[in-house]
Amino acid sequence: MYDFQYLRPATVDEASRVLATQPDARPMSGGMSLLPATKQRLSHWSAIVDLGGVAGLDEIRMEHGALVIGARARHVSVLSSSVVRAAIPALAELAEGIGDPLVRNRGTIGGSVANADPAADYPAALLGLGATVVTNHREIAADDLFTGLFETALEAGEIITAVRFPVPKRAAYAKYRHPASRYAVVGAFVAETAEGVRVAVTGAASHVFRVPAFETALSKSLSQDALVGVTPAYGDLNADLFASSEYRAHVIGEMVRRAVQACLHPSTPSRNA
Amino acid sequence: MTAVSMTVNGQIVSADIDPRTLLVQFLREQLRLTGTHVGCDTSQCGCCVVHVNGDALKSCTTLALTCDGAQIVTIEGLATGDVLHPMQAAFRENHGLQCGFCTPGMIMTAVELVRRKGANLDEHTIREELEGNLCRCTGYHNIVKAIAAGAQAMGAAAE
Ligand SMILES: Cc1cc2nc3c(=O)[nH]c(=O)nc-3n(C[C@H](O)[C@H](O)[C@H](O)COP(=O)(O)OP(=O)(O)OC[C@H]3O[C@@H](n4cnc5c(N)ncnc54)[C@H](O)[C@@H]3O)c2cc1C
Ligand code: FES
Ligand code: FES
Repeated sequence: MYDFQYLRPATVDEASRVLATQPDARPMSGGMSLLPATKQRLSHWSAIVDLGGVAGLDEIRMEHGALVIGARARHVSVLSSSVVRAAIPALAELAEGIGDPLVRNRGTIGGSVANADPAADYPAALLGLGATVVTNHREIAADDLFTGLFETALEAGEIITAVRFPVPKRAAYAKYRHPASRYAVVGAFVAETAEGVRVAVTGAASHVFRVPAFETALSKSLSQDALVGVTPAYGDLNADLFASSEYRAHVIGEMVRRAVQACLHPSTPSRNA
Repeated sequence: MTAVSMTVNGQIVSADIDPRTLLVQFLREQLRLTGTHVGCDTSQCGCCVVHVNGDALKSCTTLALTCDGAQIVTIEGLATGDVLHPMQAAFRENHGLQCGFCTPGMIMTAVELVRRKGANLDEHTIREELEGNLCRCTGYHNIVKAIAAGAQAMGAAAE
């Protein structure tokens, strides 16, 4: 690792001040993505600003009918939270499928969202549920947040403090996980919301995206039958050693079908072995 | 250099360290607790698992400074004198290791697993929970058996 200063502020304000004055400083949450990248010298920070000292940033609560998850809430806290299980069980299921228990003990929702890994799970839930990201400066709709490969609309020094999820009527996440890394080869989040059905796909392109053709079909009827004959046109899909873009296009359809099935029958397994 | 202080296996330790020091480096190089291993150094293999405030985590992906004030338990801290921890004993009895390189991490992960999910663990649960621990020798079969037995023994000891 290149040399850096280590800071552990006690408040978001204090962290904001450091990040505002040091353009090369970087916030750290669980460090499960930041530290591996820093160890490979992929990046050089003047300071690492550990948000772990900010009290209350990991709170999970209901507020005006919405589920609010603090940015520092760890995957393990989300998967085991009775508040999350009661409001949006699909979100707890999703958290349970992230990486491995050691990663889940450290990694957080805020870090995952800010990192915007093309194969990460949470972005699918944010986009699928139409969540709002709360930062130290403003609120950003999930629809406007994910802009590219590891890119978000967050500005330099902007700190996510929480994610606010409207509670859907039903929702489910189906993930075809990579057999070794456990990241999503393709993951699909389907949610029946007050404004209709939303479908968000992760793992398949440079960043998470919605699939309007499936949304229209499923808004008419949330059923597997509604998907028959619907063949969305996708932009550039990822192709790598593990899955060609044609294969990914096929798996998207299959994951959406499984997520619909899980919406209708919540005991349907949401992940491959 | 920055001052850090933490409790490791019940003893308070303090040092001035480079902020880049990983927890695993601090444990192995500063404290000479070399039971915690580094297998991959890329957050994949789980050979470096220790407990920090009760949570099993990868010490190669944790800064030592983040653990200031924390309670750390390493593989060296599990046994009571000459008496092995029930999970350690179960690994020995069930041939849960061959070269032994992955074993400290396996055991630390398994002990936390039992605390989280209880003493009655089915094979599927154990295999899923070992997602973050790689073994290049055993083929996992005896590790799974060892953890099931160790969990039962931990449960019996707690009664
Ligand atoms: C072995 C392994 C397997 C994994 N498998 C999966 C998987 O299957 N699915 C999955 O989704 N993820 C997976 N991950 C990633 C994991 O979920 C990480 O925890 C997550 O991507 C980053 O969260 P973090 O809290 O550790 O963030 P950090 O690593 O601390 O930070 C990540 C990035 O976000 C920024 N950041 C952090 N917090 C904030 C904030 N509050 N505001 C603004 N910016 C912030 C940091 O500056 C950094 O750029 C895996 C990781 C590992 C090591
Ligand atoms: S050495 Fe830490 S995970 Fe491999
Ligand atoms: S026993 Fe050799 S790596 Fe597991």
